[in-house]
Amino acid sequence: MLKRSIENLGNRTIQGVWRIGFATRFFLAMLLHSGTAFRRFGLTIREMYFTGVLSLIIILVSGLFVGMVLGLQGYETLQTYGSEEALGVLVALSLVRELGPVVAALLFASRAGSAITAEIGLMKATEQLSAMEMMAVDPIARVVAPRFWAGVISMPLLAALFSAMGIFGGYLVGVQLIGVDEGSFWSQMQSAVDFEQDILNGVIKSVVFGVAITTIALFEGYDAPPTAEGVSGATTRTVVTSSLAVLALDFVLTAFMFRGIN
Amino acid sequence: MQHDNLVEIEDVVFGYGARPVLKGVNLTAKRGQIIAIMGSSGCGKTTLLRLIGGQVKPGQGTVRVAGESVGELDSAGLYRLRRKMGMLFQFGALFTDMSVFDNVAFQLREHTDLPEDAIRDLVLMKLHAVGLRGAAQLMPAELSGGMARRVALARAIALEPALVMYDEPFAGLDPISLGVTGNLIRRLTDTLGLTSLVVTHDVQESLKIVDYVYFVSEGVIVAKGSADDIRASDLPYVHQFVHGEADGPVPFHYPAPSYADDLRLGG
Repeated sequence: MLKRSIENLGNRTIQGVWRIGFATRFFLAMLLHSGTAFRRFGLTIREMYFTGVLSLIIILVSGLFVGMVLGLQGYETLQTYGSEEALGVLVALSLVRELGPVVAALLFASRAGSAITAEIGLMKATEQLSAMEMMAVDPIARVVAPRFWAGVISMPLLAALFSAMGIFGGYLVGVQLIGVDEGSFWSQMQSAVDFEQDILNGVIKSVVFGVAITTIALFEGYDAPPTAEGVSGATTRTVVTSSLAVLALDFVLTAFMFRGIN
Repeated sequence: MQHDNLVEIEDVVFGYGARPVLKGVNLTAKRGQIIAIMGSSGCGKTTLLRLIGGQVKPGQGTVRVAGESVGELDSAGLYRLRRKMGMLFQFGALFTDMSVFDNVAFQLREHTDLPEDAIRDLVLMKLHAVGLRGAAQLMPAELSGGMARRVALARAIALEPALVMYDEPFAGLDPISLGVTGNLIRRLTDTLGLTSLVVTHDVQESLKIVDYVYFVSEGVIVAKGSADDIRASDLPYVHQFVHGEADGPVPFHYPAPSYADDLRLGG
């Protein structure tokens, strides 16, 4: 019994290490074969439509509601200290630094990441990737790399739209509904939000999240066992792993980016 | 110099992990012929195609296509060689996000600089050859199994390869589609001067069209010959296979402990 448990543990460890090695090789191969994704940018644009444009509804609606809730909650807290004019700053900084990149990335992982894994996994299961190889076309260059770059380009754009929509939601609730002064809402926001420290760092975060999510999604699809069960398991793993990766990376990036900022 | 044999497999040994699949196979395919590779499911037929296509490398022995040793080629060499090959997968493996037209045009767009007008003409000619010119704008999901197989055939011959490999082209087809597919393979092989390798377990349909047959069982070639030789063969395995007998050298029962023991009748 004990021997079998140790064997199982050893087996899982070996498989885990092997998988990390395979994922690293996959990532490097993807970067190495990215030429096609740029030379024939139409392929990447097409994938941007599927991963980016089709994610717009969920991103915009979620951004609006998150901003509206921030407006309500922020106003409740700020009015205790008599500084409700700072609502604009609170809403904008929360969104641009944290909620925009992180929540948009979590939504992107569940909306687009799962779709990418399922698509690649099914292409593998139905031998479409093998067929491509037999036609002397490298699936990493033709199928995987354009999806990767589409995800990496779409992610910061979606995060920016999420933040913009959130700020609009905060404005609707704070200014139009509750009656915070419109001038101070916008002017305080404008003077407090720093382009480099806040916006640029938020963009960097979302690019990193984009790389992580699309890499995980593509790898899980490419590595999925070619069965219905295999593809469904891979899709679930994509959402779970990439969500956890986003949260962990967010902590690490925040720790480095916002050290010493007041 | 052109070799008479397009494909030459010599003493090939191959296994997946510790499980041996092929244990010393010799096979040749002459140019312009249809060669059938027959045998029961899981006997290593498809693995032979994967070896020829370079998707896996032999453990021992050599696989030569057009004089080049497939196992020794680097990826650039392999991709160059694959342009001379076409492959028809078991269920077509059409790209589901592309129309029939785009599927057939895929290789022409990837590997040539032909203008779109010329590609259009070539694609329509290939689709006409398989009788599906009228289905050019359909999506793969709108096709029947037999039609999908024919589109995949048109796609496989788009670049006019020297060798076309067919993985179970007759599996799951109705009798009409079965005859259509068999005739197409024969006609295209003759008119385009191809060499065709057909992996199948459909004896009756394939014996009508093939020039030479190899029988694979348990990783070795157990019989070979023309279609008539195979029909007349008195080898027990071939006889069982050709006549579809339930029991024989290939047993009906999967190996198991004694029936009485399993039912605990021993007392």
